[in-house]
Amino acid sequence: MSRDVKKRLRRTMLFLNAQRPSLMKDAYVYAPDSVIFDLEDAVAENQKDAARFSLYNNLRSIDYGEVERIVRVNGLDTPHWVEDIRASVAGGADGIRIPKCERARDVRRIEEAIESAERAFSRKPGSTLIMAAIESPRGVLNALEICESSERLFGVALSGGDFRAAMQTKYYPSGVEMAAARGNVLIAARASGVQCFDTVFTNIDDIEGFKSEVIMNREMGFDGKSVVNPRQIAIVHEIFTPGEREIREAERVVTALSENANDGVGVFLVDGKMVDIAFLAGARRTLALARAGGVYKGDL
Amino acid sequence: MEIKSEATAGTLESSDAQVTIEPSDGGIYFELSSSVMNQYGRQIRNVVLETLKNLEVESAKIKVVDRGALDSTIKARVECAVFRSSGWEGAIPWRGLVK
Repeated sequence: MSRDVKKRLRRTMLFLNAQRPSLMKDAYVYAPDSVIFDLEDAVAENQKDAARFSLYNNLRSIDYGEVERIVRVNGLDTPHWVEDIRASVAGGADGIRIPKCERARDVRRIEEAIESAERAFSRKPGSTLIMAAIESPRGVLNALEICESSERLFGVALSGGDFRAAMQTKYYPSGVEMAAARGNVLIAARASGVQCFDTVFTNIDDIEGFKSEVIMNREMGFDGKSVVNPRQIAIVHEIFTPGEREIREAERVVTALSENANDGVGVFLVDGKMVDIAFLAGARRTLALARAGGVYKGDL
Repeated sequence: MEIKSEATAGTLESSDAQVTIEPSDGGIYFELSSSVMNQYGRQIRNVVLETLKNLEVESAKIKVVDRGALDSTIKARVECAVFRSSGWEGAIPWRGLVK
């Protein structure tokens, strides 16, 4: 699989109930970077079969354009997950989201089922990506082995609902109850070179609270956020899109690094700040985000 | 494919279709109510009958209450209703793709 696909822009991942056609039919118009068709918690136990039929047919017939299509399958402790994967792979899903992932072998079990489905349905081997949702204290503690478990794994997502319950706490606007988990999972993701996504914000009407959390996510270094309502998409994209000042600063860093490298200089000043090669990746990422957000047309 | 018992799939929500299928004495009996009957009634009928034909259902009463569903949703609901009624795994469309 290509590195570009694994590293594609994923600022927003919009959850949609796979059993509800009204949600699935035009999700692409809201322009999230990814959609996550949910076969798990959003679907009642006696509708799991119907959701799979709906998912498969809609995956095959609706053109989502550039929007990535991920499927959240049911957990490994249910009788549903293998058939969920078969329907998803046969339908042409871009990836599978593993719920309640706690260890590397959870990822490997999912990967084996994907490999089998790719063979059965003549999909290109390795074309179906994986992301893992970390929802428990054990999952947080095992984040590094999860992040390093598979070549297919493009990222991990922290899931707050179950995690807060397991930690015997609840949502607080400060985010203090999630601070350790956010830090641990993010560090594991960065150490292994995969992406990291923050949990959903479920109070749809609390726009200011949502903005504060997204700003914190960006400042911490997350790649994006799971969202539950289309109204949240534009807010995340705006906050994750660099401003004019950041863009110009990044341009100057990239240009200065290139020029100074040619002159054999490793450390120098840009706008009064000391800069060296360690700043290059961040500056390039800023420009890539700005380009993706449509606010940068340059060629650096 | 034998329709063994009454089965329903889908809901009455917007953009969905509720499909109910039950055994008949022979042949296909089709009943449709739709908010877009004049514009799409014929197309919905074609999707339903084509799906039944692909599933080799030759005898059934099928009732569709459409709420503006896409063709893919109607197809999914018919397939699911047939699967629930017959218990036949051949009604699962991705099973048929296995090489």
